[in-house]
Amino acid sequence: MATQINKQLGDNVFLSTVDAAASWARANSLWPMPFATACCGIELMSAAASKHDLSRFGSEVMRFTPRQCDLMIVAGRVVMKMIPVLQRIWLQMPEPKWCISMGACACTGGVFDTYAVVQGIDRFLPVDIYVPGCPPRPEQLIKAIMDLQEKIKKTGTYNAREFQLRILPDGPNRFDEDELVRIRERNGFKLEDPKYDPIH
Amino acid sequence: MAETTNVKEHLESKLTGVSLAWSEYRSQRRVSVPSSSIEAALRALRDAGMDQLIDITAVDMLEYPGASDRFEVVYLLLNTTSGERLTVKTHLNEPDLKLPSAYPIWIGADWPEREVYDMFGIIFEGHPNFKRLLLPDAFESFPLRKDYPVKGRGERHNFPIITRAES
Amino acid sequence: MPLDLIDSPDLDAGYREGLWTLNFGPQHPATHTTLRLVLQLDGEMVISAEPDIGFLHSGFEKLAEVLDYNQYVTIVDRMNYISPLANEIAWHHAVEGLLGIDLTPRCKYIRTIFAELMRIHDHLLCTGTCVLDLGGATAFMYAFNEREKIYEICERASGQRFHTSYTRVGGLLYDVTDDWIKMVRDFCKTFPQAYRDFAGLVMKNRIFVERTRGVGVLSKQDAIAGGATGPVARASGVERDLRRDEPYLAYDDLDFDVCCAQGGDCYARFQVRMMEMLESLKIIEQAVENLPSGPVFISGTGKEGLPDKTEVYRSIEGLIHHFENIMPNRQMPSPKESFYGATESPNGELGYYIVSDGDFKAYRARTRPPSLLHFSLFNRMIQGCMLSDVAAVLGSINIIAAELDR
Repeated sequence: MATQINKQLGDNVFLSTVDAAASWARANSLWPMPFATACCGIELMSAAASKHDLSRFGSEVMRFTPRQCDLMIVAGRVVMKMIPVLQRIWLQMPEPKWCISMGACACTGGVFDTYAVVQGIDRFLPVDIYVPGCPPRPEQLIKAIMDLQEKIKKTGTYNAREFQLRILPDGPNRFDEDELVRIRERNGFKLEDPKYDPIH
Repeated sequence: MAETTNVKEHLESKLTGVSLAWSEYRSQRRVSVPSSSIEAALRALRDAGMDQLIDITAVDMLEYPGASDRFEVVYLLLNTTSGERLTVKTHLNEPDLKLPSAYPIWIGADWPEREVYDMFGIIFEGHPNFKRLLLPDAFESFPLRKDYPVKGRGERHNFPIITRAES
Repeated sequence: MPLDLIDSPDLDAGYREGLWTLNFGPQHPATHTTLRLVLQLDGEMVISAEPDIGFLHSGFEKLAEVLDYNQYVTIVDRMNYISPLANEIAWHHAVEGLLGIDLTPRCKYIRTIFAELMRIHDHLLCTGTCVLDLGGATAFMYAFNEREKIYEICERASGQRFHTSYTRVGGLLYDVTDDWIKMVRDFCKTFPQAYRDFAGLVMKNRIFVERTRGVGVLSKQDAIAGGATGPVARASGVERDLRRDEPYLAYDDLDFDVCCAQGGDCYARFQVRMMEMLESLKIIEQAVENLPSGPVFISGTGKEGLPDKTEVYRSIEGLIHHFENIMPNRQMPSPKESFYGATESPNGELGYYIVSDGDFKAYRARTRPPSLLHFSLFNRMIQGCMLSDVAAVLGSINIIAAELDR
């Protein structure tokens, strides 16, 4: 059928699916919401500023209101007081939306294995792309955005069906040492001070 | 050095009958004042020319070898015209963790005092807006005390999880 | 989290009813990072501002108690992240004061050059984003152009462009190369032109001047009593600069001026920062020309300084020396004392109060962040200004949330 139409109309018409056309448009007009909390925010500024110039890759329209954005870049560590704010902003963004976790602190807590820092935002939020580094270079962020564009083009659907399958939490499901402390306390064992071990 | 002796004389003349322990380490002069007369001491020092309060902080001496008191509250003072510095220390023990606020003397004491309360639980009486500064109001512990673990007691994991399908 | 606003005594209840409350932040572009303000507005005029901070409190001071003096430098880096090396220099200045270490001349000069590069770095971002918040995007791009050059200088010396972790107790991670010196010289040559471009865009720009002059005034009395230091205090007429008043590193040998202004408003703070950039350039030029030769680590076979990296990788003695300095139970003991060491960081007096219990790590290391005291004065600066001035005042006092909250 496609060949028949092509024969009649020549190269002036392209046939595609609605999904592919919508994803193509979305991928090349990502509007990021810079949720810049710490050091990575400065590298995010660098990526958007003169030398690295994020606009070459079609996602320079930084908007500071979540209602206008479809890509959240979490740049920097997120702490206890901030995570409710982050979740609320995420819920305010319209579908379809994606999330980049930029930097070691946003991905895993990084060097800040302390009482206040959330050990990776993916414990409480869905994350699409992780960018390692402390902080990542602007080139790395640009690469992450290009990867995300690729991902959207490949898997995106017109009415965001691909998200409906992700009903489980995205974050790690690993043994929680703080839970051990809580269990000990609950059962009245003498609480030993957990020795801080910088390696683990 | 002449200035320093002036401050010393001034403070000792204002606080007669109070035992002041002076010490010096690498040309930094410190004075230890009993907590009952800390307000009078700070006022006397302000009148002696210490016009800037650099910082207020505290140290939990629970694991410090040879320490007799639980908390040490430290005031770092500066004379902006002569450049002279003085460290004032005072000691506190549980359960009486109360000090008079230095806010009426220096307005810069506002947030450092709130931070000391936030981190150590030391109450400054007479502060106009006394509550936690950095941590959420619902937080119950005082994290810079030595008996609080570095990784916390699980507060950081206590949040709802949002999955992709429901957002 | 509802806030209990304190009642100002000079406002009667009837007047207060007409006010409305505006929540500013924590996610707002003009806050640069994360802080929250609860503003009481009468029309467009700000009656009072109640800052709410702690959105980036990550327990730096608790980490200081478990990491040793060399390890903690990586954490300190992340404190004022727009001038990371200035924090490292301040931290090791305090540690070396506690341990009584006197640095080698070469190390002093290299640290001075970096400290001043960081001052330019910091002021460029502060002034650039301040202009960006007030509506001019071009100056921001010019500022970032120069910042990228400084990033490259840092990268050449330490291998990392942002969080360098470059200083060590008693020295530096690596010695600098001739290549690096050439880069600094090139920077000194090209920076004045870039500065002229930047200043020409902003300093006489009528929109910028009218939005900053007379806005957010901080009086000299408040600046002193409130603990303001650095450019904020100098813009209010407090003539104090730790580089001149308590000389550390190589500042004693170098010739520079302390920049002050009288106005105490946003424009004065902006002017002080702009002038300081030129003074910093002057210092860098002098220091590069007079850079002494010799080792960067203090000499002697004691445990004060780490051995040279090439020695560690190539000889058994060097490896043993390194091992002896790194292993927790073999490190150098420190005196059981407390010490406060302060430096003039780009933002003001950045000090560390260290209490040591004899180990090579701090029993307690308190940071004296300049931002904390500056931001506590914010309510005094903003009263009576317009809502749109909030961005100007926030930009001019250069609040860095990671340093504010730690």
